[in-house]
Amino acid sequence: MELLLVAVLGLLYAAGVYLILRRSMVKLLLGIMLLGNGTNILIFLLGGITKGKPPIIDANHNVFQDIYADPIPQALILTAIVISFALTAFAIVLLKRVYALVDSDDLDDLNTPEEEDL
Amino acid sequence: MIDNHILAPVFIHLFTAIIQLIAWRKTVTQRFLSVGGSFIGLLIAIRLFSTVYQDGTLFLNASNWEAPFGIVFVADLLSATMVMLTSIAGFAVSIFSTASLSRQRMLYGYFPIFHFLLMGLNGSFLTGDIFNLYVWFEVIIISSFVLMTLGGRKAQLEGAVKYMAMNILASTFFLTGIGILYGITGTLNMADLALKIKAFDNKALVGITSVFFLLGFGIKSAVFPLYYWLPSSYHTPPSAVAATFGGLLTKVGIYAMLRVFSLIFIPDEFTRNLLMVLAVLTILTGLFGALIKSNIRRLFSYLIVCHIGFMLGGISMFTKIALMGTVFYLIHDIIVKTNMFLIAGYIRQVRGTMDMHRVGGLYKEYPLISLIIALVLFSLVGVPPLSGFWPKIYLIQEAFVGHHFIFITAIILGSLGTMYVIAKMWVQVFWKDVPEGIELEDKYKNLPLFRKLLLIIPICILAFVTLYIGIQAESIVKVVDRISNELLDTSPYIRTVLGDKANLL
Repeated sequence: MELLLVAVLGLLYAAGVYLILRRSMVKLLLGIMLLGNGTNILIFLLGGITKGKPPIIDANHNVFQDIYADPIPQALILTAIVISFALTAFAIVLLKRVYALVDSDDLDDLNTPEEEDL
Repeated sequence: MIDNHILAPVFIHLFTAIIQLIAWRKTVTQRFLSVGGSFIGLLIAIRLFSTVYQDGTLFLNASNWEAPFGIVFVADLLSATMVMLTSIAGFAVSIFSTASLSRQRMLYGYFPIFHFLLMGLNGSFLTGDIFNLYVWFEVIIISSFVLMTLGGRKAQLEGAVKYMAMNILASTFFLTGIGILYGITGTLNMADLALKIKAFDNKALVGITSVFFLLGFGIKSAVFPLYYWLPSSYHTPPSAVAATFGGLLTKVGIYAMLRVFSLIFIPDEFTRNLLMVLAVLTILTGLFGALIKSNIRRLFSYLIVCHIGFMLGGISMFTKIALMGTVFYLIHDIIVKTNMFLIAGYIRQVRGTMDMHRVGGLYKEYPLISLIIALVLFSLVGVPPLSGFWPKIYLIQEAFVGHHFIFITAIILGSLGTMYVIAKMWVQVFWKDVPEGIELEDKYKNLPLFRKLLLIIPICILAFVTLYIGIQAESIVKVVDRISNELLDTSPYIRTVLGDKANLL
């Protein structure tokens, strides 16, 4: 399981970096999303993977009797997913507006801020 | 000491923003609420600062979950100072916004978002939990995205694409660092992390983790190879927004670096050298950028980059005097940089453009205001006894002791270059007559007196604070001295947060 996750993780990071380095705006956004997901899996992986042991203390005891899955990484990932969801939604709208104004998907064409002197 | 009032600076802006959302599209009400809310926020921040100054570090366990299990909020002197500076700058910008922004932008929710941004800033200064810091950073960047794009001009949106991409990338790096840190220590509380990292054997892994934090905060604070987004986006939004960004957002990165590198990762030889190289290059690139720009706000954007290098160099030396210089410079920089962008906005109101070649004659028409502006410009350059002068003394002194002669050269070059560009700007904008054949659109002249005051008063408030920092440097030095002691010896911080549990390790 760990090895599989490590492979997926590496793939996501590699694909993310590759896409970010392209000149297309949409690929930039996809790259950022992939990197974000890679990070989430990294947190999940580093929190330690414990199969089928939810962190529930059974009724007869006061403390955990057995090794249990750490719930904190899941809480962290959930927070990170919600945040990246909001950021991605904003980014898509922004890129759509820019595309409508510039009529190009190429990041090299975004030169208005350099030329304008308000 | 537990004190529930720590969170008041966060909540005041949250409540102000929510009430403003209820008063949607009622711009007059929103303006009153904004100025009122920021003023109360300022009072609260002053109270927090004086309490912390007298009684020492305060903390609060959210929902009474004991540290290190819950989220903890800590107000030590550095946090309290940063909150106070944010509140001063926020108050000034809030007044300036009421008169300088177009009604269109206010209708689409400028003020609520502005207060959400201030809330995020205060929250990130006060939190003692590394993941919570990440969440506050996200609050800051999502608010700043909206402020940056509000108005929807082509240049604004294009600048925002770069700004957005780099900032989301910075957050991803930061989150990756947090993930690894949690993996090797199993905790997120910064005080607890400090103890666990100290006890952790694999120093190479710790070093790699610290690089992720350096990258994340480096992008946010516009350090040398990672600063390109700043000069290509900061001049596009309205000046009130640019003032908040230029004064506060990059400094959050410096604050986070100070916090993380003093508490969790004590910089080793390699990190120090790396930071020093980056600092020198940041100063030089920022300076060279500023030299060739003729648009006032773009010039200021490059000066932000240039002066970030001073603080970074102070962090890299990491001795008491150097940290005193860094924190002093941080205090000076927040106030002055906010004011610079407000001044740029004022010039645009008076002349209709920010291109140096197409303005002029300000001194002839408005001599009194020009003199106040001159005072601010002198502080930025660092003419003694104004505020920019004192921190540089500390930085140069410590660089001499540590034999960092290249850094000294960079500081001096940076200061001289700043003086050159500011002098150039002064001559072009204030002394030179209006160039022939250029139609001026002076929106300012026909404004009613009250609105004129709304534009001038914030500049005066910030100029007064700058003057106070410069003339009353002694009292600032006392504060800065205590802050640098707290940064170097973090055991009081750790003991305050963890209580008895700190002794177990």
